[in-house]
Formats: sequence, C-alpha cells, structure tokens
Amino acid sequence: MELLQLVIGGLANGCIYGLVALGFVMIYKSSEGVNFAQGDMMMLGAFIALGFGNTDQMGLPFGLAVMCAMVLMFGISWGVERVVVRQIFGQPQFALVILTIALGFVFRFVAGSIWGYTPLVLETPFAGQNLRGGGIVISLADLVTIGVTLVLTVALWAFFAFTKIGLAAQAASQNQMAAYIVGVPVMRVNSLIWGLSGAVATVAGVLYATRGAIDPNIGLLGIKAFAAAVIGGLGSLPGALLGGLIIGVIEPVAGRYAPGELAKMSPYIIMLIVLVTRPGGLFSQIQMKKV
Amino acid sequence: MSLLDVNDLAIHFGGVKAVDGVSFSVDEGEVFAIIGPNGAGKSTIFNLISRVYQPTRGTIRFDGQNITGFKAHDIAGLGIARTFQNIELFDHSTVLDNLLMGRHTHRATNFVQDILFLPKVRREEREHRRRVEQVIEFLELEAYRKKMIAGLPYGVRKVVEIGRALAIGPKLILLDEPASGLSVEETRDVAFWIEDMRRDMGLTVLMVEHDMSLVNQVSDRVLAVANGQPLAMGTPAEVQAHPDVMAAYLGTGAAA
Amino acid sequence: MRVVFKTSYDKDIDLHEHGQSRAKIAVLLAVMVALPFFVGNYYLAEAANTLIWALAGMGLMVAVGHTGQVSLGHAAFLAIGAYANAALMNAGLPFLLTFPIAGIITGLFGAIIAVPAVRMSGIYLAIATLAVFVIVEELVILLEPITGGVGGIMAPSITIFGISFDRYASLENFYWLCLAVVAIVTWGYANLMRSPTGRSFLAVRDSEVSARALGINVTRTRALAFGLSSGVTGLAGALMGHYIGFFNYELFSIFISINLLLVVTIGGLGFIQGAFLGAILITAVPQAISIARDNLVGIGIDLSGIPGLDTMIFSLILIGFIIYEPTGLYGRWLKIRTWFEIFPLARKDMFRRQKSYLKTERMK
Repeated sequence: MELLQLVIGGLANGCIYGLVALGFVMIYKSSEGVNFAQGDMMMLGAFIALGFGNTDQMGLPFGLAVMCAMVLMFGISWGVERVVVRQIFGQPQFALVILTIALGFVFRFVAGSIWGYTPLVLETPFAGQNLRGGGIVISLADLVTIGVTLVLTVALWAFFAFTKIGLAAQAASQNQMAAYIVGVPVMRVNSLIWGLSGAVATVAGVLYATRGAIDPNIGLLGIKAFAAAVIGGLGSLPGALLGGLIIGVIEPVAGRYAPGELAKMSPYIIMLIVLVTRPGGLFSQIQMKKV
Repeated sequence: MSLLDVNDLAIHFGGVKAVDGVSFSVDEGEVFAIIGPNGAGKSTIFNLISRVYQPTRGTIRFDGQNITGFKAHDIAGLGIARTFQNIELFDHSTVLDNLLMGRHTHRATNFVQDILFLPKVRREEREHRRRVEQVIEFLELEAYRKKMIAGLPYGVRKVVEIGRALAIGPKLILLDEPASGLSVEETRDVAFWIEDMRRDMGLTVLMVEHDMSLVNQVSDRVLAVANGQPLAMGTPAEVQAHPDVMAAYLGTGAAA
Repeated sequence: MRVVFKTSYDKDIDLHEHGQSRAKIAVLLAVMVALPFFVGNYYLAEAANTLIWALAGMGLMVAVGHTGQVSLGHAAFLAIGAYANAALMNAGLPFLLTFPIAGIITGLFGAIIAVPAVRMSGIYLAIATLAVFVIVEELVILLEPITGGVGGIMAPSITIFGISFDRYASLENFYWLCLAVVAIVTWGYANLMRSPTGRSFLAVRDSEVSARALGINVTRTRALAFGLSSGVTGLAGALMGHYIGFFNYELFSIFISINLLLVVTIGGLGFIQGAFLGAILITAVPQAISIARDNLVGIGIDLSGIPGLDTMIFSLILIGFIIYEPTGLYGRWLKIRTWFEIFPLARKDMFRRQKSYLKTERMK
C-alpha cells in the first residue's frame, strides 16, 4: 500500500519531468538543438502565472491567469528565438548548449529581480483537496497533473505526426538546407516551435507550483527533466514522458528504501545505465553514417 | 598469388540483402575494379573489407590471413588503406596534418614520450615528415601543405584523401569512386596516379568506379555487381560485353 | 607579413616558428616569475587563482577543444583532485608525492568513465558527464571519513624540502608553485599537440570513421584524451583546494563546470592560448564588476542589493561571444594580428564566416 502511494506521487512528479522533457524534445525535433534553459523557462512560466493570478499581484482568476501566462511565455520564447538563438543558426550543437545555459541564468536573474528569491506559493483552486479510496490518498493536484500531461503529450505527438508544420519542423532538423530548398520556412518554423515549447513549459511550471512553493532556482529541475528526455531518446515525445515517469517513480521509491544520497543519484544512475547500453536512449534515432 | 581473397561474402540489413554471395580475389600488383549500378552494393563491399560492417556470412582473407573478425582499426596496420565516397577528411586540420595522421600505424612512441617530446619522438617525426613529403610530391600537393581542409575545393580534397591513404604505406589501397565529381583533367590525373601506384610503388589497387573510361584505362580485371550479387568478372571489355551486365545497366530489353 | 623559409623538418616540428615568438614567450614567463615583486598580496592571490583556472581550462580544452568531447561535469574532477590531494596529505604523505598522485587518480577515474561513454557523442556525452558530476557530488557527501562530508575538509599547508609554500603564510612561494605547474603542463600540452598522440585526438574529433580506417583505436584514444583532461583538471583541483584552504562539496558546484566551459569557449576552442585568455577573463570580470560597483556607489547608484548580477553579466558576455565571436578571444586576436600584419591590405570580408547549414547529427 505504501509502495502504491509512493508510485502515484512519483507518477505525478514524473509527469512534470515529462512535461519539461517534452519541451526539450520539441526543440530537438525541430532544430536538433538542445535548450538547456527549458527548466528556467518552466520557472519563469510559473512565476508569470503567479504574477497574473495571485491575489496580492494582479489577481486574475486562475484559469485566465494560466492562459495569459502561456500566451506571454509563448511570446517570450518566440522572441528569444528570433532575437538570440537565430543568430547562431548553423553553428554546431555545442554553441546552442552554451547559449541556452547562459539564457537560463538570464531568466533566473529576471525572475529573481521581479519576484525575489524567497519561495512563493501559487494560489490554485485545487490546493489541499484530496481523494481517498482503499487506503490511498490522491491529491487533486496530482490527478490534474497526470491528466493534463497525458492530453498534452498526445496533442503534441499528433502535432508532429500529422500537421504540416510539425512535419516541416522534423524535416528541418534533418537537413536545414534541403528543407529550405523544398520550401520549408525553417526560421519561422523554429520560432514557432520555441514559442510552443515556452507555452508547454508554462503548463509544467504551473503544475509544479500546484505541488509546492516556487523560487527562481527550481529551474535546476531541468537537469532531471533532461535526464528523462535522454532516457527516452531525445527525439521521441512518448519516450520523454516515459523517461519522466521512470525518474519520477524511482526517486521516491529509492528515497524510501535506500540512503538519501543514493536516492538523489538514482535518476542519473538510471540514465547512465540506459546510455551505456543504448547510447541513443530507449527510442534511439541515431543511425550509422553511411560511408 | 592473390593478396585479397573474398569468399561468399554476404550482409543483410534486416530483409535487404545488400551484398549476397560475392566472391573474388585480387592478385598482388593488380588493379581490380568493381562496377555496377547505384545501390548494387559496391561501397558495402568496401565497408565489409575495411570492417565497418560485420558480414552475415563469408570470409575475407588478406595476405593469407583471415581478417573477417578483425576490428576496423586493425585493418590499416595490415597494410590496407581506403578512401571514402563522400570524402572523410579531418576538416579542421591542415593538409600536412591530415597526411601525418595517415602515419598513425607507424608510430613507435607512446603518449608519455610524446608529452615529454623525447629525442626519439623528434626522430620519428622527421621520418614521418620525410615520407609524407614524398606523397605530397607524388600528388603535387605542395601548394596546399599548410591549408585547412575546410577551405579547399572538392577536387583537391579528393586528392588529399588519396594522399592520406598512401601515407599509411599500404600494400592494398581501396579507392571508393576516386573520379566522382572530378573534371576530365582531374580524372586523367587520377588515372596516371593509379598507374604509378601500381608500377612505381608496387601497390595493389581495388576500386569502385562509375566512370567507365577510367575503368577501361587502368584496370586489369573488373567485377560487375547488381543487387548485391556478382554478374560477371573478367577484363573490362569482356565484362562490358556480358549480356547480364548490359541488362543490369540498360534494362532487360537491351539484352535480348 | 612574415614569411618563414624552412630549411629542415625540424623547423616545422619546433614549438616556435621563429625566434621572435620564442622570445615573446620567454619575456612573458620572466614577467610572470617577477610578478610577486611588483604587486601586492591581493593581486598576487588573484594571479594565482587565474593560473589555477588556466590549468583547469587546459584540462577541459583537451577534451572539448581537441577531442570534441563536451563535458558538463569537469567540476567533479576538480573535486576528486582536491579531495585526493588533501586526504593523502592528511595521511602524512608529502605534497611532492600527493600532488602527482592526485592527478593520476583523477586521470584514471576520467579514463575509466570514458570507456563506457565512448559510444556516446555530442549532447549525450555532455549529459552523461553531468550525471557523473551529480553522482560524484553525492559520493563526496557519503564518503565522510575521507572528505569530511558536508562539513568539509582542510587542505594542509604545503611544505617542500622544509620550505613553506603555504597559500597564506608564504603567498609568493605558492604563486611560484602554481606558475611552475602551469608552465610544465603547458609545455607538455604543446608537445602533445605536435606529436602523433595529439594528432590522433584531432582525428577522432573530426571523423571517427576515417580515424578508424587509419588504424586509430577510437575507444582508447578518447579514453586517453578524457583521462589526460581529467588528470590535468585534477591537478588544478588540488591547487584550488589549497588556494581556498577549507572547502566542502559546495566549492565544486555545477556552476564551476559551466564556468570552466565558459573559459574554453570564450578563450577560443582548440587553442591552448584560449584557456589562458578565458581564465583571465573569468577571474578579471568579478573584479571589474566589484570595482564598478564601488565607483557607482560614489555617484549614488547602489547595485549591491541585486543578487546574481555577476552571473547575469557573465551570461551576457557569453551570449555575446557565442553570437559575435564563436572563435573566442584567441580567434579575435588572430584576426587583429593578421589585420596588422598585412596592413593596409586587410578587407572587411576577409574574416566573414561562410554561412553553414546544420545537418542532422543523428548520423554518426
């Protein structure tokens, strides 16, 4: 029973990792770049929602506040792509890694300057509500998290698999020049994907905030989410969610049955095991180059 | 005596039989060409010999030694050098360094000696440079010695890659489409070089080539493959006249 | 523009193309040696700090700049070097022994983790090293008897042949010690890059498939490069431990890893000189910021209330470099030098980068 309780809490946690990981995967799918600022975008999204929603700030209704935050974060991420990321178009992957690490620091600084470094609580309609049944307690926040994550994953997967823009984005990640030549507006698609990933990050941030207080350093969660995305294989949306769930469940279970430090290491140990056995993740897309 | 013996070689990728039952042997000092339409499995044969791929069945013997189980990095040491169809040079190094990298199998120093740059390292370096200069002279690359690969035109890169293979000091050189993308003059140079490699350096040459005039000019024997299977083997003229080869290139109607 | 007429292979093999460049290095070294006689303790300590960062930067440069293995976890190797050195000294061994042993332990650790990582590349390797970093950080806390756990550990005072090299009691000696280590490592690094080993690193960086075709064992080469890289970083860690004096796991945070990456990218990837330029920048900028801050207070602007400003400014510098000068400070210097050498023939378009298009790196 206790294990089941841990697993359910872990699944909800894992969904948040999964959501941030989805952001990584989206950008990876469209430009094969890795956005290390994804965790900080989540943080910023959560704070913006807080700024719109909390009664001592703008005091909008919760749903409206989240919508506004998503739109604003879409705009911010879209703008970051337009103004900064686009400048290094064509440079190797590594450049984007460094650039986004730096961007993450900038986001953190901005959030810290506006909202300070003391933890704040986002006011949500489902705070403190629990469902009970068969000796297990499930918080409403956990249920909402799991539900929203599933819906978003399916929606994004459909976006990449079926829509014209989604396919164009995938084409651009394979070969930018060729995508150009066949008429894909590579730049515009990239901006759009960045914007979308900002909106997804906001959702992740809001869900994270329903489970506890937030401060500008929660963006470091991005590292764990990155591990999730890598376990899944970076290029796969369902893989990212699966990776997130694996990490989310392992953590509390290891924390219960193993010493604390080992529990903290567990996501990374799992990721290393996956990488050593399958260097491209569980849903690997790496192929041998033809020579 | 044959230098390279390929016996019943096959590799299947999933259900695709990329190479299926190819056998041939290359004699010492011979220029042997493999021809065939696109996708026939020519480059795959090269990749099997240089151990990039593991064959599904069959054996490869070099100099009497079965090399089928060898690692890709063990092949150069035996004296087999290769070039690549789509040029795989070290783009951010100079031509000279690229050629020096070709001398890797001859290094006699370990990393500790290298870090201390003992006199032995210097002696070895001088010898490497002397050998590399011979290659530079042979291929007339003097003007490009200190140029970065990334800025060189396609034709020169192609030549540098041949040079890098020669720097290994091989017995057998595998040339993967040495003339593709080259102008008529450049192709003629390649033909002369292949002749010289055989005559002056005593090399055995195995090449994959589409340019039939080059094949006719330099090769002693030709193997034609299609769909991973051997079609015909013999002198260039014999192979070109073979009905199966004509069918493979021109369609079945032409053979009838 | 200088044209060097080479009459023997030795001229090409030598570290310096001509006497003038050799003389420049000699002058630079002499100035560095004489530095304690010119500057006060505060700046001397900063100079030692810069040297330690340059050493760590050289360590990372071997992996990132010359073998193409991006590491986000090099702080772990700093930590291993620092703890190994301090622990061995606490066990009673002399510094002359513990220092190289600390480097070797770190190097072996790096080489061992590089072997399973060999099939990973690019982003996957970077994230794997990040994971290794987190694991090492937790291990440091777990191994309390050696590392002092959360509480931390004291780096004992250095004495070599009865002479004190303590960081506080005899700062000049400590500075000279750092300088000597850095000079020796730089010389070894330069040697490495003109030898077959260094060339095999470059080969593996640019094309694994043709490196193999030339007989280079890619696994072994990458493990060697990573081992050397972490070994040198371990040496830097040992010195850093002494420089800080009393340290715990928090000294070697993920931000140190990122700062190190900053040193090599801003300095100029693939150039030994880049590690030095990067180290100078990373130690000088906080100084400049604090000086600027003091001056601004004088005219009525108080920035001390804004936390994280340093990191913010670093980030902006980094973003600027990635966008406008991806070849780093050293690359910029090369361009300036060329401009002067061929004056007045330089043209603006000479250094224009060719537009390149990203192709998938999923093929390997």
